[in-house]
Amino acid sequence: MDFLIDYILIPLVKIGLILAVLPLAVAAITLFERKIIAFMQVRLGPMRVGPWGLLQPIADPIKLLLKEDIIPAGADRWIFVLAPVVAVVSAFIVFAVIPFGPAIRIFGKAIPLWVTDLNIGALYVLSISSVGVLGIILAGWASNSKYPLLGALRSAAQMVSYEVAMGFSIIGVLMLAGSLSLVSIVKAQESSGVWYVFYQPVAFILFFICGVAETNRAPFDLPEAESELVAGFHTEYSGFRFSLFFLAEYANMITVSAMAVTLFLGGWLRPFPNVSWLGFLDIIPPVFWFIIKIIVFLYFYFWFRASWPRYRYDQLMKLGWQRLLPVAMANVIVTAILVVLLGG
Amino acid sequence: MSTKETLFDTSEITVSMGPQHPSTHGVLQVKLKLDGERVLDAECVIGYLHRGVEKLGEAQTYGQFVPTLDRMDYIAAVSNCLGFCETIEKLLGVTAPPRAQYIRVIMTELNRITSHLLWLGTHALDIGAMTVFLYAFREREEILKIFENYCGARLTTHMFRIGGTQYEIYDGFQDQVRTFINDFPKKVDEYETLLTENRIWLERTRGVGVLSAKDAIDLGVTGPALRGSGVEWDIRKAKPYAVYPDFQFDIPVGEHGDTYDRYMVRIQEMRQSARIVSQGIEKIPDGPLMAKMSKIIKPPIGDIYHSIEAPKGELGYYVVSDGSTQAYRTRVRPPSFVNLQALRKMVAGHMVADVVAIIGTLDIVLGEIDR
Repeated sequence: MDFLIDYILIPLVKIGLILAVLPLAVAAITLFERKIIAFMQVRLGPMRVGPWGLLQPIADPIKLLLKEDIIPAGADRWIFVLAPVVAVVSAFIVFAVIPFGPAIRIFGKAIPLWVTDLNIGALYVLSISSVGVLGIILAGWASNSKYPLLGALRSAAQMVSYEVAMGFSIIGVLMLAGSLSLVSIVKAQESSGVWYVFYQPVAFILFFICGVAETNRAPFDLPEAESELVAGFHTEYSGFRFSLFFLAEYANMITVSAMAVTLFLGGWLRPFPNVSWLGFLDIIPPVFWFIIKIIVFLYFYFWFRASWPRYRYDQLMKLGWQRLLPVAMANVIVTAILVVLLGG
Repeated sequence: MSTKETLFDTSEITVSMGPQHPSTHGVLQVKLKLDGERVLDAECVIGYLHRGVEKLGEAQTYGQFVPTLDRMDYIAAVSNCLGFCETIEKLLGVTAPPRAQYIRVIMTELNRITSHLLWLGTHALDIGAMTVFLYAFREREEILKIFENYCGARLTTHMFRIGGTQYEIYDGFQDQVRTFINDFPKKVDEYETLLTENRIWLERTRGVGVLSAKDAIDLGVTGPALRGSGVEWDIRKAKPYAVYPDFQFDIPVGEHGDTYDRYMVRIQEMRQSARIVSQGIEKIPDGPLMAKMSKIIKPPIGDIYHSIEAPKGELGYYVVSDGSTQAYRTRVRPPSFVNLQALRKMVAGHMVADVVAIIGTLDIVLGEIDR
């Protein structure tokens, strides 16, 4: 019986929660984004649906779901249908290893707030996010149209090259924590009492830049640059299938934010976990600390989008390979030397 | 067509950009030959917005034809109107009274600002900076309100009449314009904070779409696009019309002829236009609005070419009169149409992303190109 509860019931409930909450979170983020950008651009944003536009995130999915399902005549049917599924599934299963908070006690039973504590968690996240690229390439290819193809090629090149710098940027953290498990990384920050962002500021900045590029957001939103490639890889998609891509993109934004928070900003820990007089901050439960930090990152995403023009494809590649990658490698070497010297 | 060898000997792909493309500024179609992302050749297809404006000029009286001209470059309708009114006045040998002339200059310069603001917004939007677009529209709105108060229309204004202006300025006109003009330089600073020194903006515009002074002159490019290449040619100074000699203003010029220089030229021009308006608003003379002329406009037999500096370049009108109430032939020299010729030269060798930047930097309006 205990076996059933521990290994079947509780994980299923957690998975169900993630699957249910994530789309809602994405919907809420869209409103958050539109409002934030609207205020930056001296306008109001959505105001019509519900008070202060609060029901807009519900109206949008309903509209998308009720739309006619169009598959272009020239498209490769099966791949066309499969591509958004690949994108969205890979965006969702990453959340299996994200630790949202420490174990909480329900009915005297300690329930950790993560689905699984994979001992190669960080690697798992990186590899699954690469699978997401496949969905985009498939979509561009299956559409059998020129703009989506160009968009898909752009995003493939972009995601692959930024993945490299991203991978290098987290190595420093992994060396400090001595583990690939995301839970252990947070616990290592708890025991050392310092968020890793203070040990690894360069890596943190690199990670976030790469994360923005990885999720195809401004100023790296070339694959779907509407002023050049119409809508990029999802030009031919509409209705429900489009909404899956949309969902995947926003879920990926949450993933990158959550990874940045976990690796660099102490996950669910409050600020300065080693300073005891800040103990009153513990009033806010760890899960909320985690969510607040994610929201801060999302805010940065939107801020970027409102402020900056878009990079050009070759400039993006140059930035990734010639600037970020060498810096990331240098960071790894410096960290390694320091860890060895200081007996890390 | 180019016969350049493509990388890896693959076949080049042809992409039809437009006429329903988000950033071709209307219904321009550009047939791009691409080697991957690199543009080998570009061919413009125009005519989707052809309305036969020149032919209409032969079927309408001179007075009736003026509002039609507002529909050419609908972003700068006031300039179109001024150009044609002055052409016919020249043909008739009439000069508009000074009060009308000053109102004309103020309105035309305000209109130049709206045109440049719209260009700035859409150009930045094409390159991905969306916020500037909304800031630019905020200020454009203020000017359109002034237009609306003056003549009732916001876009296709039909602001002037042959021989002067129809409307007296309204109460509070000077205050409204003065308030706007005093605030405006700060607003331009605001756009510049977002763009001028932005690294991404610099990378996207420096060295993109370079047009040498010689090429620009050979292709007949005029307006900010020519001045961006370093040629100091502005009809307001070179062949003064209206009362421009009474005003002090500079002609900003670029050096390299790239997209960034053209951006800077237009930003500076907005400041200069504000300067002209602030000078004009203080010294509007008293007097009549219309010159003394007969109600029925019947120019003597003959032809005339007159051109003005529209926001986009030299806007010229060639009118042949057969002595009747209608023109025998009207011909428009639209700046956008001529400037668009430069596109092919400018995009060759650049990437797809640059094509939209270059179309944007030429500041074309399809209503004017196709007429």
